[in-house]
Amino acid sequence: MVHLFQKNDFNIALDSASGAVHLLSDIAYDLLAEITPPMPQICPQKLLSRLAPVYGQEKVNEAYNELYELFLDKQLFSEDIPVQDSFFKTKTIKALCLHISHDCNLRCRYCFADCGEFHRTRSLMTGEVGRRALDFLIEHSGKIKNLEVDFFGGEPLLNFDVVREITIYGRELEKKHNKTIRFTMTTNGTLLNDEVITFLNEHMYNIVLSIDGTPETNDALRFYADGSGCYHDILPKYKALVAGRGNKSYYVRGTFTRETMSFTDDVLHLADCGFEHISIEPVVLPNDHPLSLRQEDLPRIFAEYDRLAEAIIKRTRQGRPFNFFHFMVDLDAGPCVYKRVKGCGSGCEYVAVTPEGDVYPCHQFVEHTECKLGNIFEDELRKDLRDRFSECNICNVEECRTCWAKYFCGGGCPANNYKYSEGISRPYKIACELQRKRVECALYIKAALAE
Amino acid sequence: MKNVKTLNKTTYTKSSVGAGCGECQASCQSACKTSCTVANQVCENTKKNKK
Repeated sequence: MVHLFQKNDFNIALDSASGAVHLLSDIAYDLLAEITPPMPQICPQKLLSRLAPVYGQEKVNEAYNELYELFLDKQLFSEDIPVQDSFFKTKTIKALCLHISHDCNLRCRYCFADCGEFHRTRSLMTGEVGRRALDFLIEHSGKIKNLEVDFFGGEPLLNFDVVREITIYGRELEKKHNKTIRFTMTTNGTLLNDEVITFLNEHMYNIVLSIDGTPETNDALRFYADGSGCYHDILPKYKALVAGRGNKSYYVRGTFTRETMSFTDDVLHLADCGFEHISIEPVVLPNDHPLSLRQEDLPRIFAEYDRLAEAIIKRTRQGRPFNFFHFMVDLDAGPCVYKRVKGCGSGCEYVAVTPEGDVYPCHQFVEHTECKLGNIFEDELRKDLRDRFSECNICNVEECRTCWAKYFCGGGCPANNYKYSEGISRPYKIACELQRKRVECALYIKAALAE
Repeated sequence: MKNVKTLNKTTYTKSSVGAGCGECQASCQSACKTSCTVANQVCENTKKNKK
């Protein structure tokens, strides 16, 4: 499958199954738009008749021959790489989203976690549950060496003492079992102080710092229970944390909504604040929520992604580059095909654990008790549900099989599918459209910067 | 080539020998917690080889 698109002066072709990205002359673009595989060795007469009057016969033949060479080299109309089914049936768990706090001190308007409560009572994970969660991870990790534990909430720093206790316990487990546990945290930043920052910078492999952009954008969406915004509290703390982080990974991460669709301004504001790793993501909410993104919003969002792509190209050329998470693509050293087919691995290699020790397919399923997989204090997890999640990959989903962007998104988010589509294996269409647009922008940026 | 400039040095086919080790990061642990993107993830083996 080949996806062709034009953007500004670029004719771009993505060969979906091989990942090859080609910049084409006008002749090659016009030819490729008309070719259906398998390519014959000689340019078909009807194509030649159509394009020779425009470009000249010799040049059309020359372009065709170059395309044919790529076809022979499996960089055009290539076949999907077969993957072994057994890979998806493994029940190894390598990553935990640890709900260390089902409580939050902010009242963000779009929060999928019900402002930390997850539609239950507010609660904090105990050290006992946290330690058992790590034992559970080790027991289920098989031969995998690199394990991950994300401190998540609610706001995890409301339970910092237990974060510290679990982290230190994890360091003991690493030595005992010859594993590496990569601790990460997603925080709203309000409770950061020098002591916490020092600890996090020492122990967290990655930190996700929540902020939505400019003071106006952020404070309209992210505020305390009294309604006051958090921007001016968190910004200096984020700067201090990042300054002390060295080469360790971090992201400032926000959400755009129906009311804040000029998110390029927010991304650039965060870049101007000195942050180099930025993610601003589309909100996911029910259609009737005032902040939700709807089908009719897509042209506006697409235009905004275009604006952001141009801004990134401009700044990179000026020597002021920054990473935008959803435009990041490594055309030479990205994930392997198995990873691309499997996607996020929720319910299989990635699960969430609540303060009570309940296990869910991921953090977004925690409010859906019908999806509970088990409990870390019990021996078995629900096999029927885990099997269903293991089957949720781009080989098995009809809409994904025929989508040119499938190897970039890995089949999308099963939780979004479950909540807003017709089940974990039925893609949430708005997310698909946004994903395809972002891939086009990411490839366009590569094309523009390759000049 | 006069009419085609390929941006990649390799393709999925050529980079997939020995793949599927499962040592790379779960995508939702990096930055996104509300959507899924895998193409921006890093292969653990490639990362190791770069060091």
